[in-house]
Amino acid sequence: MKELEYPFDSSWILKNRKKIRRALLEERQGRIKKRIAILGGSTTNDVAAMLELFLLNNGIEPEFYQSEYNRYWQDAVFGNPELDKFKPELIYIHTTSRNITEYTFDMKLSAEDVSSALERQYEHFTHMWKSIEKSFGCPVIQNNFEMPLYRIMGNSDASDFHGRVNFISSLNMKFYEYAQSHRDFYINDINYISACFGLEKWLEPSYWYMYKYAMNLEAIPELAFNISNIIKSVFGKNKKLLALDLDNTLWGGVIGDDGVEGIEIGKENAEAESYDEFQRYVKEHKKLGVMLAVCSKNDYENAVAGLEHPESVLSPDDFISIMANWESKDRNISAIAEELSILPESIVFADDNPAERHIVSEQLGAAAPELISPESYIRTLDRNGYFEVTSFSEDDLKRNDMYRENIQRERQRQSFENYEDYLLSLDMHAVIEDFRPVFLQRITQLTNKSNQFNLTTKRYTISEMEALSKDSRYIRLYGRLEDRFGDNGIVSVVIGEKREDALHIELWLMSCRVLKRDMELAMLDSLVKRCREEGIRYIRGYYFKTQKNAMVRELYGDFGFTKTEDNGSDTQWLLDTEDYENKNKVIKID
Amino acid sequence: MNMNEIMERLNEVFRDVFDDKRLVVDEYTTADDIEDWDSLEHINLIAAVEQEFKMKFKMKEVSGMKNVGEMAEIVRERAKR
Repeated sequence: MKELEYPFDSSWILKNRKKIRRALLEERQGRIKKRIAILGGSTTNDVAAMLELFLLNNGIEPEFYQSEYNRYWQDAVFGNPELDKFKPELIYIHTTSRNITEYTFDMKLSAEDVSSALERQYEHFTHMWKSIEKSFGCPVIQNNFEMPLYRIMGNSDASDFHGRVNFISSLNMKFYEYAQSHRDFYINDINYISACFGLEKWLEPSYWYMYKYAMNLEAIPELAFNISNIIKSVFGKNKKLLALDLDNTLWGGVIGDDGVEGIEIGKENAEAESYDEFQRYVKEHKKLGVMLAVCSKNDYENAVAGLEHPESVLSPDDFISIMANWESKDRNISAIAEELSILPESIVFADDNPAERHIVSEQLGAAAPELISPESYIRTLDRNGYFEVTSFSEDDLKRNDMYRENIQRERQRQSFENYEDYLLSLDMHAVIEDFRPVFLQRITQLTNKSNQFNLTTKRYTISEMEALSKDSRYIRLYGRLEDRFGDNGIVSVVIGEKREDALHIELWLMSCRVLKRDMELAMLDSLVKRCREEGIRYIRGYYFKTQKNAMVRELYGDFGFTKTEDNGSDTQWLLDTEDYENKNKVIKID
Repeated sequence: MNMNEIMERLNEVFRDVFDDKRLVVDEYTTADDIEDWDSLEHINLIAAVEQEFKMKFKMKEVSGMKNVGEMAEIVRERAKR
């Protein structure tokens, strides 16, 4: 819903909450459900109400638990039957500078006094986080602290250890250190967003005096939007690719009319500089594993000439795909999605032309933020949080290379008449074995991202995955595939639970970038081998239908399983491993 | 701005906040008359009225208003548009 994308009208959203909610619920089905506990140090009612809207808009249907007013610490530390029963899948701790209890302003205090107060305040929180980890083991989102309402020492409040600003800054640093050393713990940076919003307006104290809201009511949509970005990222709903128009998006002017020397890019004037900085911003995304593509109505030669402009920060090599032609843009975007085996809805389309944005977002459900003028492009893209980083794995670093290699493989394939000859020519090697701790991050990420080649679409948090990786009731396999063009990384995950003489498959997924490479057969061979080693005769497979996983509806059938149940959408399957023969003939297992 | 115009615009705000197209309020309407009008929804209502008329209620007024008529009276004194 456009109204819930940045920049949004907070007052309008607050006023029309009920209507928006109704529209979102009618708009589409198939959202994932999540139980979210909000533990607040101030009133949280509208925080939950706003968060619900932004999450619904991101394909997540939340159910909330809210602690009683300012009972966040007690709920977390001592537990509470209602919260235990609720079994949160994510906990958001909404505390603010209003909840700082250990700070007192007193010029007589020594540096040691202040530092021990700081330590006490920090322990108040770490104690709570550790209790949560022990009792719930779910992801935690914790606010940092916003700057205070006043500075009793003036500017020295920031630099003098007696100052409140100094205390808050130090406490924030301690929170960040905790975040760096703990998985599934995320900081909601209200210090930054309150500054963006305007600190004076954010802190409007009448909302505290009247309702015990720690911020202006109008700031709550901003807060909730920011939290929703973290949550959608944790649950694997980040975007993957940024597709960019060229004329008046990556440079000023129209290259077809103005020529290479006529476009605005570089440092010569204000407009050129705004595009220069935007290109730098775009290029940094590559380092996060975000893929870049061009989607422009231009002759291909002109597009490449523009990107080869001596002042251009981006070069043709930075893009995984350059679609410069006169086809309609929705067709080009869907061609990019198809070539890379990603869903169109995981694409962000950046174009200065509202008509192009409209057709792409309407036809494909891709995000198309409103780019009004070049000096605001960065802000608009950045504040939308499309690529919010909550986990970062080795594969993110290599993603661009991997997809590029895929395109080379595709060209190789076209030179072979026989598909098996092509597969053999790839010289594929796989490692298939039990989970290893260093790979848990990537494995978890895969379980949250894969939608198409995914039989059960079961999602796991990193904490759940850690527990499961040590549980002897399970057989776990990850598969990593390498070939002459490069390393594809970890591309497949299978998890099964042993019950008597059968293994029940609760997860079977594969990354779409290795479709049609027989990797699934290699996984099955290894799974059967493991079952035999453990004396398990049968494998039971489950297919749970979603809107996206039709491609694997018959997977177990193709594997030679027998269908045992079929309710029209979901199916169950059985394999007797006794006379199973290995199926993979093209991948060497290392 | 006359009272009729204020009441008409107030009525629109009430309809949006309580998501009820048929809702009709008059000077004597109180929180007891509208099912969803609780203390939490009151916060949103006040903010929406302030936004509509580009004015601010004083803290004392927010808790002191007895009915929609009193609200309209304050708006009449202070509204900027």
